Amino acid sequence: MRIDSRKKFESVVEKARKRSASRENEILVCCGTGCLANGAQKVADAFGREIEKRKLKAKVKPFVKGTGCHGFCEKGPLVVLQPRGTFYTKVRVSNIGRILDETIAKGEIIPRLLYTNPADGEKIEKYSDIPFYKTQNRVAMRNIGRIDPTDLDDALAAGAYAGLAKALFEMTSEQVLEEVEISGLRGRGGAGFSTARKWRSCIKAGGDRRFVLCNGDEGDPGAFKDRSIMEGDPHSVLEGMIIGAYALDAREGYIYVRDEYPLAVVNLDKALAQAREAGLLGENILGTGFDFDIRISRGGGAFVCGESSALMRSLAGKTGEPRAKYVHSTERGLFDLPTVLNNVETWADVGAIIQKGGAWFASMGTDESKGTKAFSLVGKVKNTGLIELPMGTTLRHIIYDIGGGIANDRPFKAVQTGGPSGGCVPESLLDLPVDYEKLTEAGSMMGSGGMIVMDDRTCMVDVARYFLGFLIEESCGKCTPCREGLKQLRSIYDDLVAGKGQNGDIDRIERLSQGMQLGSLCELGKSAPNPVISTLRYFRGEYESHVRDKACPGGICPDLTAYRIIEELCDGCHGCAVACPTDCISGEKKKLHVIHHEACISCGACFDACPENAIETFPKVELEPEVA
Amino acid sequence: MATMTINGKTVKAREGAYLLEAARTAGFEIPTLCHFEGLEPWGGCRLCLVDITREGWDGWCKMVVSCLYPVEEGLIVLTDTERVRETRKVVLDLLLARCPDAPLVRRLAAEHGIEQTSYKASDEPTDCILCSLCTRVCDHIGVSAIATMSRGAGREVAPPFNEAPPDCIGCLACAEICPTDCIPFETSDATRKIWGKEFEMLRCGQCGRAHITRDQAAYYDGRNGVPVSYYELCDTCKRRQQAEAFNRLALVK
Repeated sequence: MRIDSRKKFESVVEKARKRSASRENEILVCCGTGCLANGAQKVADAFGREIEKRKLKAKVKPFVKGTGCHGFCEKGPLVVLQPRGTFYTKVRVSNIGRILDETIAKGEIIPRLLYTNPADGEKIEKYSDIPFYKTQNRVAMRNIGRIDPTDLDDALAAGAYAGLAKALFEMTSEQVLEEVEISGLRGRGGAGFSTARKWRSCIKAGGDRRFVLCNGDEGDPGAFKDRSIMEGDPHSVLEGMIIGAYALDAREGYIYVRDEYPLAVVNLDKALAQAREAGLLGENILGTGFDFDIRISRGGGAFVCGESSALMRSLAGKTGEPRAKYVHSTERGLFDLPTVLNNVETWADVGAIIQKGGAWFASMGTDESKGTKAFSLVGKVKNTGLIELPMGTTLRHIIYDIGGGIANDRPFKAVQTGGPSGGCVPESLLDLPVDYEKLTEAGSMMGSGGMIVMDDRTCMVDVARYFLGFLIEESCGKCTPCREGLKQLRSIYDDLVAGKGQNGDIDRIERLSQGMQLGSLCELGKSAPNPVISTLRYFRGEYESHVRDKACPGGICPDLTAYRIIEELCDGCHGCAVACPTDCISGEKKKLHVIHHEACISCGACFDACPENAIETFPKVELEPEVA
Repeated sequence: MATMTINGKTVKAREGAYLLEAARTAGFEIPTLCHFEGLEPWGGCRLCLVDITREGWDGWCKMVVSCLYPVEEGLIVLTDTERVRETRKVVLDLLLARCPDAPLVRRLAAEHGIEQTSYKASDEPTDCILCSLCTRVCDHIGVSAIATMSRGAGREVAPPFNEAPPDCIGCLACAEICPTDCIPFETSDATRKIWGKEFEMLRCGQCGRAHITRDQAAYYDGRNGVPVSYYELCDTCKRRQQAEAFNRLALVK
């Protein structure tokens, strides 16, 4: 079935809507990567089998649908029973019989499978009532979790390609550009460059061949929003790109996806084939005479290939190394031709902006940063997962209201945003409204939306060292400051955490960081010192303790930290002794236990195992000299 | 022509040139390690950093590598600001830690006031500064027998799989262009050895000097159609032959 006119498009959408409406009882099984890893596919298959077997008395036969990621991965596999919206977590194959017999057939809820609000222990039945979802406002992720990403009709029923139809049938390419301009949309990949300005400068570059690219090389540790969009709603990405190509008068597009995202590649491939078959992509799109096609290019998993010039080199079949961008890629990009590269989330926003209008998008967010932004909320929070919120939401709201607070109710210490190029924001800035400018002012950045929450059991020196380690692996090595500088920074940090820090180390770190910021070739190297500089800015005391006192205030660095049991709190449960990998804890059950420091490797397993919080850390230098 | 100011001096530079060329032509010294006239600029060593600004930027400066920044009308270029010097020093300090024994690096570092690296000297010192001149000249010739492999701190120049490179023609361009002379090779009248591959030398039919490898001659034959027989004489003897021919012509006249 090829859609070749407006009438045909409308009738196809209408048919898809009717089909969707007829499926009153829908069982949505999250089949995102996280839930799949937890056995979601088995759950979905079992639902199908059991429904056949049971001949359910329900009026409408339930329809089982595998969807994209709901964002609440740690509670997976997730199942939503529509139309009621009952939300079951951690569903196993063994639960399915009961769900069908009780909830579907009789409308009885199974409390054990419901989500428990960590704030008050209350069970919450409905998806929409869960605090994690309640205050979210999903634009880029509008259909994820609701639709089957491999079913075009399902996407059409949910409004996919309505923006494209509007653009092609009602708007000129200039009007599309104006609408994007009004929306105030800025790049969701991190840098936050105005999307409309980028498109305009590409048009200004002239020529009759230009490219539209999608950057799906999301590589920040802890970030997975782009993956979820590509997996859960690939059509939203395609729609945005086709609209962009229409505005830019481009004929060729590429989606660059990192190879570590196999499900994204599969779902995008299916979506491309479906869109082509339906006349939404390829030649003569929707019968309007506009031609545009998209191909997928799989990256080899180099972090640096998320950088635009490296991505384009990699796409062209060369080594993924950045080049100086004094001439912008909008003028000389892929194959030295004018190119627009936008992030997955940016493209996913475009369709909604055209459909609902730029003013609608601009009504959300802050003065400079409009619209909503997706974040991957991870680390020491009670609810981890994918969220999308209006720009300007405070960190406090994100961490405490949506994230449910810090895991195990420990004190909050910092939140790392923006991945390896970002920085750590301390508690004093928790009321910071999250937008591009505010995060930059705080010494961090938006990046690709990763948010790693850290509690008091975190050593900030160690955190900076972790990111340096990541970047050493990922630096391309083309320019001297990044390649050699990271190596030297890391070596200084290795000394710091080993208690070999010397006076002047902090100065050396600062001088080297500045040299890297000013001297490096691409943004990877220029921003590589950000985790270093931001932790130094807010947690300088911790650095000084490492250098001067040979102590780790966070009680993390094993070479500087020793553990002891607090006499009054120990109830002799023996849990620590069981957890200890070196058997250095002695004590009989129900009696005080003791840590023997000679054999202790300061791994912290006892600390994590103790239910009474009866284990504390102290600087190793305070141990008796013969032991230390 | 673009009119710019470099360190206060008004300079006219040809359109399409880069700042490095313009500054050097105007008599300003800018250090480089990965630059070679005749090869595309690359921007890897980061020594040729300069500050640029414009009227109306309110004194705000942007640091760029001069080898890749195109000349622009009205640009104000500062090649020797405090932060330019400081950043160059960081780069040289880092290179000195990597290549503590390379004379060129030592000399440049000393010129910038660094006698000893302030960082940890490499456990495996090398003279290779990873300027990629060797791989770039090899690409430029069209052979691409060597390349950089791995990334980040593990980056190194090597033939594929660290085996004798099948595409290498033994032209020695890589070794000749290397600013720190760190590509080892052996050459004699009979054979030449580089990158673990041995080449047969073609000797001049007249003076007997070995002047080209057989692979080189075959490569040029395949590319330009210049037959291998053209290399029976070395360039010197070919010129001598020509000169003698001209001489004879002159006598006849």
